[in-house]
Amino acid sequence: MTRPPFSRRLTLALVAAGLCLTACSSAGDAGGDPAGPFAVWDPYPQFDGTSEWVKVIERCGAEAGVRVERQAYDTSDLTNKVLLAAQQGVAPNVLVVDNPVVSTLAEGGVLKANEDVGLDASAASPNLLAAGEVAGKAYGVPIGANTLALYYNKAVLAQAGVDPASLTDWASLDAALAKVVAAGKKGITFSAIGTEEGSFQFLPWFWGAGAELTDLASPRAVAAVELWKSWLDRRYAPNSVIGNTQTTSWQEFATGEYAFAENGTWQLGNAGELGFEYGVIPIPSRDGGVAPAPTGGEFVTVPVQGSADREATAAKIAGCLTGADTVLATDTALTYVSAIGSVREQQVAAKPELAVWVDAVQAAKGRTGDGLGTRYPRISQPLWTAVQEVLTGSKPASGALADAQRAAASAK
Amino acid sequence: MARRTLVGWAFLAPLVAYLLLCYGYPLLTTIDLSVRDYTVRTFVHGGAPVVGLANYTAVFADPVFRTALLNTLVFTAASLVFQYTTGLALAVFFSRHFRLSATLRALFLVPWLLPLIVSASTWAWMFNSEAGVVNAALAWFGLDAVHWLTSPDWALVSVIAANVWIGIPFNLVVLYSGLRNIPAEVHEASALDGASAWQSFRHVTFPMLRPVSAVTLLLGLVYTLKVFDLVWIMTRGGPGGASTTLATWSYELGFGSMLPRFGPSAAVGNVLILLAVVAGLVYVRVQRHQEAS
Repeated sequence: MTRPPFSRRLTLALVAAGLCLTACSSAGDAGGDPAGPFAVWDPYPQFDGTSEWVKVIERCGAEAGVRVERQAYDTSDLTNKVLLAAQQGVAPNVLVVDNPVVSTLAEGGVLKANEDVGLDASAASPNLLAAGEVAGKAYGVPIGANTLALYYNKAVLAQAGVDPASLTDWASLDAALAKVVAAGKKGITFSAIGTEEGSFQFLPWFWGAGAELTDLASPRAVAAVELWKSWLDRRYAPNSVIGNTQTTSWQEFATGEYAFAENGTWQLGNAGELGFEYGVIPIPSRDGGVAPAPTGGEFVTVPVQGSADREATAAKIAGCLTGADTVLATDTALTYVSAIGSVREQQVAAKPELAVWVDAVQAAKGRTGDGLGTRYPRISQPLWTAVQEVLTGSKPASGALADAQRAAASAK
Repeated sequence: MARRTLVGWAFLAPLVAYLLLCYGYPLLTTIDLSVRDYTVRTFVHGGAPVVGLANYTAVFADPVFRTALLNTLVFTAASLVFQYTTGLALAVFFSRHFRLSATLRALFLVPWLLPLIVSASTWAWMFNSEAGVVNAALAWFGLDAVHWLTSPDWALVSVIAANVWIGIPFNLVVLYSGLRNIPAEVHEASALDGASAWQSFRHVTFPMLRPVSAVTLLLGLVYTLKVFDLVWIMTRGGPGGASTTLATWSYELGFGSMLPRFGPSAAVGNVLILLAVVAGLVYVRVQRHQEAS
């Protein structure tokens, strides 16, 4: 029996593999097809085809005269999906994405700047828009915003003799926590987990002390970490906060044992089902007043798609999705505070208890704002690590933050 | 003849294509990722410069590397020791037939059947410092609460405990079938020679089980080195990196923040693969040595 030479056998095998590769890669083109429907990707898998949000997308597509195909992803999954899709040239036509990711995608050349596609963001509040600004250009329009505030349990505060209106700075909050714990209840729960969620929750205290993300080791930053640490030491806060996500922290608050929980606008739906009366106050800053909390919520953006026509049409859809007349329904469904002033007024008129959230959003700051952009993730990681090191007692606050500042400064 | 060769190749082609596509290509891509300096822009648009081993030197120089490597070794070694000894003890126990032994043995397989997210979340609940059942039990005995998942001293211990629980069924099943393959005559012979139960186990059962033990431990080693989900769900590698392993660190670098660092992430992943390959080679060598002797 004669055997073909090895090279021929190898070629055959490679051809077989190659055939399979092309077969696989030709499937699943999303936005790349110049005549196909417009792909809209969002991180709202909770909304199915019958939801108001999907109807809004379809209406906006119809207004732009095109067919749209909507695809929902888990928010933690969406960034990687978009990066891979952009690499393969099949990015969606309209992308709804978490605000701190916008600058990363913009710097990566995945997104079109608003001015280049005629997307108008002028109705949105500047403090919210800032998260999507890279090198002087704005990318995308915020669809709405959520942020953090302090939920409190009315019965627990009443029992401890604390008036929530008196909580205007750190000292009064500390005093309230002391009273609550003395009354045999638990003080405050939050999330200090070693992920972005931990930094997100820490920032109101960090910014509320007057610290800046460009200097993690400042005495003001140290004061913020020491505030949290003192709560753990004095048992005002449970040790479990070190591992808490915002969801598990909410579950602790839902037991009814805690006076306060630092949590977001998105819990308002669950708050109605707590089984006890709750209230909300803005997070106080160190010396009084509302602390700037980080903004959450998504931006509607237009990815690069290689055809100016399609990009312009995508911008029309994006403009429609964030327009004053459509966005009220979307923000209500998402329990977001609108990015547009006039819509916010409508929201508060319909639901007065949203007023405190509107205040919080107006005081809020984008994490990637202040010109930080893609430097933010490099700062956030050392920051949450330092917070964890301090809370577990592995390092003193000043040492941990000095290390964090070194790590943040040395990162590219 | 040529036709027969072609037919042979036709049968082989699916396998070769599968191997190339599902093993060769990803492996090569990971190596390629690990020797380039990727930014988000170059990841999308191509043209990431080749930087040789710079990602590796950066990873090795990172203080996290020492912690992650040490944690990985401790996690793997401790998991294997406890999984294997408990699994072996249970296998020996179940190899004596008694009523309900089959039912009980089936119950021991439950950890294996549960989705990992369920078991890991349940363990995280049980170890919760405030509301966990473990601390409640300690309190019942008048002991102080332990911060199982939120203390740097205990986090690794806790994830190891959960991993041991998950690994026991695998060890039990494989070692049990190994025990069944040892002929009854040798035990009878050793009993006739007056060996005690311990002597019989020490000098007959255990040596005869050695090949099965070796396979169990090697497979366990490869599984355990790459354990990610359990640690991630229970502690996210924290607090402050106290339970970070190479697997969780690799994930954290690549996907854990909003700005992916694919190069260093791939480098850590490759170090992990290398560790598994070395373990495999050691196993092959030991086995050859055994066969030769």
